[in-house]
Amino acid sequence: MNEPQVTAALAAQHGLSADEFARVQTILGRAPTYTELGIFSVMWSEHCSYKSSRVHLRGMPTTGPRVIQGPGENAGVVDIGDGQAVVFKMESHNHPSFIEPYQGAATGVGGICRDVFTMGARPVALGDALRFGRPDHAKTKTLVGGVVAGIGGYGNSFGVPVVAGDVAFDACYDGNILVNAFCLGVVDADKIWKGTAAGVGNPVLYVGAKTGRDGIHGATMASAEFGEGTEEKRPTVQVGDPFMEKLLLEACLELMQSDCLVGIQDMGAAGLTSSSIEMAARAGNGIELWLEKVPTRETAMTPYELMLSESQERMLMVVHKGREAEALAVFDKWDLDAAVIGEVTGTGRAVVKMDGQLYADLPVDPLTEGLAYERPMREPTYLRELRKFEPSTIVSPPAAELAEAVLAVVGSPTIASKEWVYRQYDHTVRHGTVIRPGSADAGVIRVRTPDGTREKGVAITTDCNARLCYLDPYEGARYAVAEAAANLVAVGAEPLAVTDCLNFGNPERPDIMWQFAECVRGMGDACRALETPIVSGNVSFYNETDGQAIYPTPMIGMVGLMEDARQRTTQHFRKRGAAVAIVGEMQGELGGSEYLAVVHGKVAGRPPRVDLAKVRAANALVLALVRANVLHAAHDISAGGLAAALAECCVGGPEPIGIVGTLAAGNLTPQEILFGEEPGRFVVSYFHEHKEHVEAVLKAHAKVPFHVFGSTGEDAMTLRLGKPKLELDVPLGKLAAAWRTGFTRVVE
Amino acid sequence: MKFGIVRFPGSNCDDDALDVCARVLAPEGAEGRILWHKDHDLGGVDVVILPGGFSYGDYLRAGAMAAWSPIMREVKAFADRGGWVLAICNGFQIACEAGLLEGALTRNASLRFECRDVHVRVEGRPTPFTQAIPAGRVLKMTIAHAEGRYVHPDVDRLEKEGLVVFRYVTADGRVTPEANPNGSVANIAGVTNARGNVVALMPHPERNVEMLLGEGGEDGRRIFESAIAAAAGVPARVGA
Repeated sequence: MNEPQVTAALAAQHGLSADEFARVQTILGRAPTYTELGIFSVMWSEHCSYKSSRVHLRGMPTTGPRVIQGPGENAGVVDIGDGQAVVFKMESHNHPSFIEPYQGAATGVGGICRDVFTMGARPVALGDALRFGRPDHAKTKTLVGGVVAGIGGYGNSFGVPVVAGDVAFDACYDGNILVNAFCLGVVDADKIWKGTAAGVGNPVLYVGAKTGRDGIHGATMASAEFGEGTEEKRPTVQVGDPFMEKLLLEACLELMQSDCLVGIQDMGAAGLTSSSIEMAARAGNGIELWLEKVPTRETAMTPYELMLSESQERMLMVVHKGREAEALAVFDKWDLDAAVIGEVTGTGRAVVKMDGQLYADLPVDPLTEGLAYERPMREPTYLRELRKFEPSTIVSPPAAELAEAVLAVVGSPTIASKEWVYRQYDHTVRHGTVIRPGSADAGVIRVRTPDGTREKGVAITTDCNARLCYLDPYEGARYAVAEAAANLVAVGAEPLAVTDCLNFGNPERPDIMWQFAECVRGMGDACRALETPIVSGNVSFYNETDGQAIYPTPMIGMVGLMEDARQRTTQHFRKRGAAVAIVGEMQGELGGSEYLAVVHGKVAGRPPRVDLAKVRAANALVLALVRANVLHAAHDISAGGLAAALAECCVGGPEPIGIVGTLAAGNLTPQEILFGEEPGRFVVSYFHEHKEHVEAVLKAHAKVPFHVFGSTGEDAMTLRLGKPKLELDVPLGKLAAAWRTGFTRVVE
Repeated sequence: MKFGIVRFPGSNCDDDALDVCARVLAPEGAEGRILWHKDHDLGGVDVVILPGGFSYGDYLRAGAMAAWSPIMREVKAFADRGGWVLAICNGFQIACEAGLLEGALTRNASLRFECRDVHVRVEGRPTPFTQAIPAGRVLKMTIAHAEGRYVHPDVDRLEKEGLVVFRYVTADGRVTPEANPNGSVANIAGVTNARGNVVALMPHPERNVEMLLGEGGEDGRRIFESAIAAAAGVPARVGA
């Protein structure tokens, strides 16, 4: 053996603390070999081990009548009836995307798609939730361009439509962008595959791209802060090959039709190490690998390098003994490299050999469930100061200024049209996109029942208003869940379940850990109340550069079901002379609002308190209206308040259509009416011939405030607001220009 | 009428085309099957579809490697015998690389992938895929490509011979620079060969066949229905 001597200093370089290194020695009863040290360092990295988050995640609701598979597998699985299920997950690729935006984002898409088809589901929809720094920051333009091109470059070639997502900008992401990729697949509920290495003596197969030296220690990189020298980490970013992944997809789905497969898992973070060890752990077995059999594209790779490489587009699978040839024939058909590289053992140990020589011999269990920290927590001191701010101290401006404020909010790149982004994504491939990005609060794809008699819809949305989470992590997280659910009911889908991507700073800092715990508590409460269990997800810590952490950003990906894909509504006004109403109660909550940030440069105040019972009631009403086919537009009110929602209704469609309305809402000032962001509210619109039908539905939901305040028509957004009445008049031409150019100004 | 859709490694609109032929248009007498790129047998189909996607990852040049797939020898022989070939998006790129059609497709003028609805005007000489559509009719269809900018050294000849069969236009049928999504010469969206039996276009008619899918509409049906009508002996429209 020609490996470096393992010392405490070398262990520290691998990111293991002194305690952790001592623990390794206790577990082994000896010093680890170099390869063993590498394996421990990635398996015990924050990225793979969830050592800081584990104790908090235990409180999340993860079960429900529709949940087939909760967290712990490659992705979550939820029953959608008719013997069908959806498989979905969201995952972060933040660190690599900041270092190398195109490849970082591309491999993020590749990784999340593998997680889904590993379980036997064909990926049919993608989503992307992106966060960038200030629009005028020197790096922002390049990062947006690179990330969007990378997501498109991978997803377009692989052939899965991007139907949902969101993009927001804030200075807190200047040094740490967020790239969270979501994927959903559809599968017959009785044909789900898992990552299990069952059956002692069964062969272990390696399939896909050859292994190179790329991405070694990627998982460890994602488990540390950025600082000086970040750019030098570029070699730890992998390079994606969507063509290879497409071949892998087709070959794996073909192999899954036969009965020779036992278990399958993709090689993502920590590559061969985590895939082999996790598969063994799930089956309660051991595994032995013969590394000389691994297909490589570089010469003289060491066991350490082979175990830690994060080369993309690779799968590990276990097949029934004696059935290897059948599997290899399928891979040969698709021109894929495949090899038997080991076997399942009954020893409970992970054994790594190369050319007959032993390089690692480790117990499986401590590697997969070794660590769980209860890190210290403390409420950050900044909060007291920021929460003191009273938005009502800002005087509601006169009409002309208010009109300018509407244009500023509607034209802020976070609110403005994202057409520049989704036009670079194929969003109609697989000819199943029922609602396209930009048309409504959620994207919808159709799912035909197995007997071909009905077309159901599956709706997808991603959401998180991090500014609110910064000001109150508990309420902010509840808000994110409530908003995601609102997005789904606005298109006509019943919310089913959640996947999450929890993006935070350094968990070793007590204030960050407190933010995390509070967000998780808020998500848990909201998901319980809305009956949307969390079935999969990912935690991304260390989103910090030079000690500056991002806002807590618990991204929510939520999936909903439409029993009939024809019963749906989009968000823009389609005709003049239709009634326009607000669902839900107006409270004028400006704390943490887009208005305060954009117009007054203030991130302060208390975010709206989320009343989940009211949210549920409002959602139920909107869902009933959409299903009754009586609405011609529905849009939830969130960031940017009523002003942003109405603007999108007016100018978001092919033909701009204005609105004339009168809104008093108690003692609220015009700025509170326009820009308040309290949840559980919607703008809806219906034609007068549906009035009676709408009223019939309202009778069954009498507790939900429903206020008809105007009608569509004219060439402006004309609103008489408050008492005494102030007349706001924003011409559609100006509104459309602000909304259409707000984002492109940043990127072109 | 039997449609055979070639599955190259990296094709990703093959399932869509199959679904349209085998399910959506089944009531109109269409059938569909997949043809594997390594095979040498077209299985007796009446129409070959070269579908969209990223065959061989679009590495080297879009369509360059798929043009050398084993089955392309049979597709060329089929076309030489007058067999009907419809090439969509990546299929268009493959058809040009294989010499089934003139011209080439280069990177979009925007240098970006473009996915959106466009309008194209049906014109040129009648072909099986356009003859049942009145000349001058504007169809709304979806594009999704990064390399769709059609170039040709002698566009005047193409025009004179009526080989331009689809042209990017505004919704009301005008040829303008704004209506051109990728910088194609003369707003060309689709062409045919001298014999008129091979037709290719960048937009995806197979994505625009069902009103369930909302905004895209169903104008794409006209192209498949034209072929079905032509096979049934419905006379071609007169003139260009």
